[in-house]
Amino acid sequence: MSTQDYLKDITEIKNLMNKSSRFISLSGLSGVLAGVYALFGAGVAYYIVKTSARGYLILDGSIFKLCIAILLGVAVLSVLTGIYLTTKKAKKNGEKIWDRSSKRLILNFLIPLVVGGLYILTTLGHQKYGQTGALMLIFYGLALVNASKYSIGDIRYLGFTEIALGLIAAVFPGYGFWLWVLGFGVMHILYGAIMHFKYD
Amino acid sequence: MSIITNINKLFDHRIRLGIMSVLMVNEHADFNRLKELLGATDGNLASHTKALEKAEYIKIEKQFIGKKPNTKYSTTPLGKAEFKKHINALEKLIHRS
Repeated sequence: MSTQDYLKDITEIKNLMNKSSRFISLSGLSGVLAGVYALFGAGVAYYIVKTSARGYLILDGSIFKLCIAILLGVAVLSVLTGIYLTTKKAKKNGEKIWDRSSKRLILNFLIPLVVGGLYILTTLGHQKYGQTGALMLIFYGLALVNASKYSIGDIRYLGFTEIALGLIAAVFPGYGFWLWVLGFGVMHILYGAIMHFKYD
Repeated sequence: MSIITNINKLFDHRIRLGIMSVLMVNEHADFNRLKELLGATDGNLASHTKALEKAEYIKIEKQFIGKKPNTKYSTTPLGKAEFKKHINALEKLIHRS
């Protein structure tokens, strides 16, 4: 066998190891769009709160419910966009959208995320509202770090960034909103764009 | 000379290298998953898994999922060690030339 053959062997081994253990068709563009939705949602919420009679957010008013609705809307829209664009990319890559790799990715992403979500709901039940932004950032970051073992490695760094922003938000709860905007809006656009140009 | 001896004749085939690659990074894989990943035919894959099993590089577990027979493959510690040696030897060969 020649060096060329050995090189081909090594490349093939690497490909198979990645293909069999990681789901690599995550769409970078869907990250960018999720960031855009988050910025838009945050902008609308900010406008509604600032132009309301009080000028700040209280937790049992209709405006609070509206903000929660915007938040859910952003989340649902981001997930749907992600599923659509990732399915398209998987088809192009000849990768199955629903196989062992993608199931493992979703499961490991959801474990920290669901735990975090339940924990946030409990703190809200105890009337502790100041840390919500920080907790969302921290648990989302942990979910990304956990999921990165089963997908494109780059999302690990997005995860670290979100965790760092979350910890800063925990120390300065007054800036929670702006750090949330930075984490869920700007960082998604930034990392999504990097992934888009690197892999798409 | 020592490099050449580390090249393992048993791995000198695309399908066998493929089987070992998949099993190195997954706890186990079943027959259909391997087939799908490697693009091999039933008979071809079966003969190569048998050869690797005979050398005790992989373990075969047969079980039933419902009424369907299911064959699960995983690496043995020996297989893992031999595969690592083989890869190192390949890399040295590439860097030497």
